[in-house]
Amino acid sequence: MEKSYIVKQISIFSENRPGRLAAVAGALRDAGINIFAFSIAEANGFGVVRALVDRPEDAHRTLTELGFRVSFTDVIGVKMRDEPGGLSEIASVLGDAGINIEYAYAYSGRDGAVLILRVDQAEDAVRQILARGGELLKASFSQ
Amino acid sequence: MAPWNPRTEEMPPDELRRLQFKLAKSLVYRLYSFNEFYRRRMKEANVHPDDIRSLEDVAKLPFMYKRDLRDGYPDKIFTAERNELVRYHVSSGTTGKPTVVGYTERDIENWSESLARGFSSCGLGRGDVIQVSYGYGLFTGGLGAHYGAERVGATVLPTSVGNTERQVELMQDLHVTAIACTPSYLLHMGEVAEKMGVSIKNDTDLRMGFLGAEPWSEQMRGRIEEWLGIRAYDIYGTSELSGPMFTECAEQEGIHVWGDLALVEIVDPATGEVLEAGEQGELTITMLQKEALPMVRYRIGDLTAVEEGVCACGRTHPRIGRIRGRVDDMLIIRGINVFPSQVEHALLEIPQVGKHFQIVVDRKGALDSMLVRVEVSEEAFSDKITDLMVIKKAVEHRLRSSLNVSVDAELVEPGSLPRFEGKSKKVVDRRSL
Repeated sequence: MEKSYIVKQISIFSENRPGRLAAVAGALRDAGINIFAFSIAEANGFGVVRALVDRPEDAHRTLTELGFRVSFTDVIGVKMRDEPGGLSEIASVLGDAGINIEYAYAYSGRDGAVLILRVDQAEDAVRQILARGGELLKASFSQ
Repeated sequence: MAPWNPRTEEMPPDELRRLQFKLAKSLVYRLYSFNEFYRRRMKEANVHPDDIRSLEDVAKLPFMYKRDLRDGYPDKIFTAERNELVRYHVSSGTTGKPTVVGYTERDIENWSESLARGFSSCGLGRGDVIQVSYGYGLFTGGLGAHYGAERVGATVLPTSVGNTERQVELMQDLHVTAIACTPSYLLHMGEVAEKMGVSIKNDTDLRMGFLGAEPWSEQMRGRIEEWLGIRAYDIYGTSELSGPMFTECAEQEGIHVWGDLALVEIVDPATGEVLEAGEQGELTITMLQKEALPMVRYRIGDLTAVEEGVCACGRTHPRIGRIRGRVDDMLIIRGINVFPSQVEHALLEIPQVGKHFQIVVDRKGALDSMLVRVEVSEEAFSDKITDLMVIKKAVEHRLRSSLNVSVDAELVEPGSLPRFEGKSKKVVDRRSL
């Protein structure tokens, strides 16, 4: 049940130099893969591109064939009220339940704002959010 | 494995030393009497052939260096007539003027004999198919290994370097059992094979490799042996001495240098003083039976140590340990000597990074800085920056503790570091001194 809300994110290792994001994005474009949301986490010299796409398996294969280091990560997508306090609500639910957020990024799509979260206990987080009347992206969203 | 030439290979050590002395003495007389270059050198060093009264007295003779070959380009210091030569090999000249080495028929004979002993000491023989993936042509590797392998009755597949996918196909189709190439090239071949869906370990008959022409470590041997399912033997030589000439035996406890062909000395690179057995220093060789170009006390520039005891295999000739690096490859970082082989050695103990690396040396202000670029392995890749930073720190820590120099590590994308088909060049030195 909780599993149906766990979304497969692709993560790509990238050197921090001009043209690398263009190479990732171009490869996904050529494969006809749509990116819903993405973020870049950056350290000195390298970064990790994280993305939610419509066909994660195809994206993984395409990028791996180009020589990129790619992995899947389990994340959850929580729908937020697109008004003051929306983020606060979700953060409090997780904080109260003792669930740590490892990283997060947000996007605002046609259906409203969504917060993508990597947490230390994904299934537990899903239960807590649903119990408090929250709404989550379905895993089928990206398959 | 049974000796190719038991009488020589298992000669009692005392007898071998007497033979070496006899050969050295007659070589020195011949050179002094018939060769202008050597006579002048000996006179300058104030040594006469009569002064060589024991094997230790060889240390009185002057050293030779690569520059002697360059200065004598192309054949001024040859000790055979032109019409006695049956072959030339010529170095690439990447670090200066090329050097030319000539061979008489007997020189080629001894070269093949030397490798035949080495190959058979690892069990190569009739029924084996050996793929020779060293370069053929002016470079000595291909033809050297080729003739040695033919001598022991193996079937030679002279693929030379390059066209790796085809090499993998031929390895399967012709049931290749042995390969001779650089360790870098074998790693490259293993990767290419995997991309083709071929596991060298499971899908080929390959069982041994004679790897050399560049320094490699014991860890690298372990990784190659496990990954490819073969036994990997070190092979040594240099074009000035003939080419690849000496190999390990099945014991894998050092490279047997046949004492009837070559006299080994290990000298202090700074003072030229002869070091004791077991001490690390610069390999210096006198070719005792070379007719066209004997090379007396030739300072090769490779750093190693010599082991005198009788090998567990029963062969009595001296063995040299792994080449730790070259005198001229040695990097001096903030006054500390660093060899690329040490970096490789340390990295191979860290499973989170791949087997390829590059060292970039720079000078920031007055200080040297050393950056080591490594590829993150597939299993270790995490999408959490903190996990990746842990790998970076682990690499820096490991290198610092083994080199005694602080090192920056940089994680790079897989496949982004240069691969090498011949000798690898892993150091980029940007310091302008």
